[in-house]
Amino acid sequence: MSVEFDRKIHDTLADANLQLAVYTATGRLKDKRIQVTAAGVLPDYQELRTQANAIKKHVIDNLDHYLEEFERNVESHGGKVVYCKDATDVSDFVLDLAKRRGSRLIVKSKSMTTEEVDLNERLAHHGLESVETDLGEYILQLAHERPYHIVAPALHKTRYDVADLFTKELGVARETVPEKLTLIARGVLREKFLKADIGISGANFLIADSGAVAIIENEGNVRLTTSAPKIHIAVAGIEKVIPRAQDLAVFLKLLARSATGQLVSVYTSFLAGPRRAGEVDGPEEFYVVLLDNGRTKLLPDRSKRESLYCIRCGACLNACPVYRKIGGHSFPWVYSGPIGAIITPQFMGVSHEPGLPFASSLCGACGEVCPVKIDIPKILLELRGDVRKSEAREGLNRIEKLAFRIFAWVMTHPRIYEMAGRMAASIAPTGDGKWIRSVPAPMSVGPLKAWLSERDMPPLPPKSFREMWRNR
Amino acid sequence: MSRDNILHKVRTALGRSAGQAVADPPPVRLRVPEIAMEDRIALMRSRVEALAGKTARVPTMEAAREFVAGAIAGKTAVASNAPYLVECGISSLPGVRTGIREVGELTAVCAQVDIGITSADYALCDTGTLVMIASPAEGRLVSLLPPAHIAVVPRERILTGLDELFTILPDPAAQTSSMVLITGPSQTADIEQILIRGVHGPGQVTVVIVG
Amino acid sequence: MGKRVSLFVTCMVDQLFPKVGMAMADVLERLGYRVDFPEEQTCCGQPAYNSGYHAEARIVARHFLKTFEASEAIVVPSGSCTAMVTHHFKDLFTKEPETLALVHAMEKKVHEFATFLTDVAGVEDVGARMDDVVTFHDGCHALRELGIQSAPRRLLARVKGLELREMVPSEECCGFGGTFAVKFAELSGAMARTKIDAIVGTGANTVVSLDPSCLMQIQGALSRAGLHVRTMHLAEVLASR
Ligand code: SF4
Repeated sequence: MSVEFDRKIHDTLADANLQLAVYTATGRLKDKRIQVTAAGVLPDYQELRTQANAIKKHVIDNLDHYLEEFERNVESHGGKVVYCKDATDVSDFVLDLAKRRGSRLIVKSKSMTTEEVDLNERLAHHGLESVETDLGEYILQLAHERPYHIVAPALHKTRYDVADLFTKELGVARETVPEKLTLIARGVLREKFLKADIGISGANFLIADSGAVAIIENEGNVRLTTSAPKIHIAVAGIEKVIPRAQDLAVFLKLLARSATGQLVSVYTSFLAGPRRAGEVDGPEEFYVVLLDNGRTKLLPDRSKRESLYCIRCGACLNACPVYRKIGGHSFPWVYSGPIGAIITPQFMGVSHEPGLPFASSLCGACGEVCPVKIDIPKILLELRGDVRKSEAREGLNRIEKLAFRIFAWVMTHPRIYEMAGRMAASIAPTGDGKWIRSVPAPMSVGPLKAWLSERDMPPLPPKSFREMWRNR
Repeated sequence: MSRDNILHKVRTALGRSAGQAVADPPPVRLRVPEIAMEDRIALMRSRVEALAGKTARVPTMEAAREFVAGAIAGKTAVASNAPYLVECGISSLPGVRTGIREVGELTAVCAQVDIGITSADYALCDTGTLVMIASPAEGRLVSLLPPAHIAVVPRERILTGLDELFTILPDPAAQTSSMVLITGPSQTADIEQILIRGVHGPGQVTVVIVG
Repeated sequence: MGKRVSLFVTCMVDQLFPKVGMAMADVLERLGYRVDFPEEQTCCGQPAYNSGYHAEARIVARHFLKTFEASEAIVVPSGSCTAMVTHHFKDLFTKEPETLALVHAMEKKVHEFATFLTDVAGVEDVGARMDDVVTFHDGCHALRELGIQSAPRRLLARVKGLELREMVPSEECCGFGGTFAVKFAELSGAMARTKIDAIVGTGANTVVSLDPSCLMQIQGALSRAGLHVRTMHLAEVLASR
């Protein structure tokens, strides 16, 4: 585990206000999800999950086929598909288009995919103004922070934080009432929408048979981003494709429920190409950027490729007792929580943050709520194995490796195992049968010290089970 | 060039070759329940109202016009080019701008007025959703830019839900560049999870069911 | 003549909580089972597996398979160790078809203690009595991997004098997680404190669970916080008279 990861976890745990904010917010989202997926409300919830999983499996197993079908159909509606291998590809494409069209101002709606490639920073670097329009993302853009949560990006900010930020960055009078803060943002952003040359959105689904993208939201900023400017660019990972528009009936029911506990989100935009002849409004140009950025690295392994089924609902974050303690910014990359813990090592390589797959009690709450049934705990276990393999290659962590070799040897030699156990018992403090708070300094090292830093330990019993069994 | 590179990587990783056929995807799963019209109307209304939207049920097209006239009294409004609004006589109500076909003008008007009036191609009763299909008759901005949105929907357009919608419209892209599902007023909960309506889209949505 | 069952008491019960194993044997014998204890047994290999040492886990798993090959039914006082055998052994041996066949045969024979009683023995009332107010902690692996939720509650409901008060939430992890508890000690401790808040909120005197490891974490945190709530394995409750 890196020092930085450790420090961030420690800092978050030590911040009582943050602890309360994150725990409460995720708890609320978690409870709402439970309500709207209950058997009495959605009797076929489990069937929908099974279907969603089957569709995703089918698509990912045949991804090239569906990408090509999607591409053909987008182009048949007059749109264009642009494949990008990485961050530079994406920003080059946008910059080039902006230059050719003489565009200066870009409005953006929420997209985790563009966070991956730091699009705003890259555009700003070349003199393009790119404004986030989702309220939470806008707040974070002003604060120069990464999203704290895939669905509720500014979950860690209080109204007072937002008030300070608006006063400082927008030069407005300080307001602390959330309604008023929202109105301020609405005013500023409305201007931007009406002036913007390009709208960049994410996409929740790429629909192969229609050549359409589907985007889910509550605020209306996606609708504005995709209909006010003359150019709409949707940026999505290649894994977002689904075969048919009809499959949306399954995914839309699952996504909003899992994400925010709504039956459906306020707005679902199904967009297929630029404005057509006779239509009153809508963009004149329509592009879909299909991003790899490491996704193809996840495909070879049959079980880990499941990680690409994710529809970014955030349910696993809210269910995760670890996320609920360490928050989103402790994670080493833009994706946090259980999904972040399984995709970060696969996108960035396991040595990027070797501690990450281990930062889990493997409680399984994530897999239980995942609407597309990704077996997250199992993938974590596989990644732990991958970390060890990479350590072995690099000659790292030799002592632990040795310890587990010894463990395996002892556990396959029952006599030695018994002797070792009794030896430990003979030197361990007895605590007079009470739980033990501390041990003498020379013993207080390694795992024992770590255990005792938070909890008492049991006194070792005078006889092991096997001794008692023999004697009975 | 990234295109071929990425597709090649995908195929290599999956052990597939270019143009290789695929097995059928899992069968489409659409379940359309039977819900009587009166129950659909009641459900539609309760869903919209649960989201702090308003609903009204009026018996006739004339009554719809009267209702809308009352709702826009003293305010400015824009109506989409939906034939149904013309038939109801809503488009010709005093103070209603309509018949706009130029995008610049439409944007400017929608950004100014208090209320946008549209019909809807369908409504989905199990979620309280309006289905707006972009066409010469319905723009995208009328239901989006003004702070209030009124949708006038004849009752026979109320479907049971998403499954029925996608049964009727297996591929919406065949007829439109944009289908938007609207479920209640625009909302955000990005500051301390406090629900606030009308952040970017309309903060008020009124569904008028005719018949 | 009763049927035979073999105990797999787990290394943790063997070394740290032998009374749990004795209680389990006691309950089973009282139900008429002939209980044996294969002395070669040690551990299921989970610590190595969860730490990413799959080769080492495989070695220990093979030892388990050999030790219990002859047993007809194996009862385990831990949801987590049961799940290791019934849900994870197979992933260790995907490339060894012969061992995999042994694993699949083993999966059918290994039973978590509470569900062994309700589903195999078909009993809910084991004739226990314990005058106490208790709350039940769902161990994560018992709950989510084995789907055990009602069995322990049905068994507790039949214990005379016992009142069960559910904590909210009962299904949230206690923060143990094997080596996680020491690798991420501070985080694990914070999770344990959230758990004990839920426990204390019920006003119960005793926390019951199917997993000695959760109980060690919970008791350790309760004791550190100076709270006088005790922990008991379900077997100990059912062995009470
Ligand atoms: S992994 Fe599953 S639960 Fe987590 S965000 Fe993705 S789809 Fe949602």
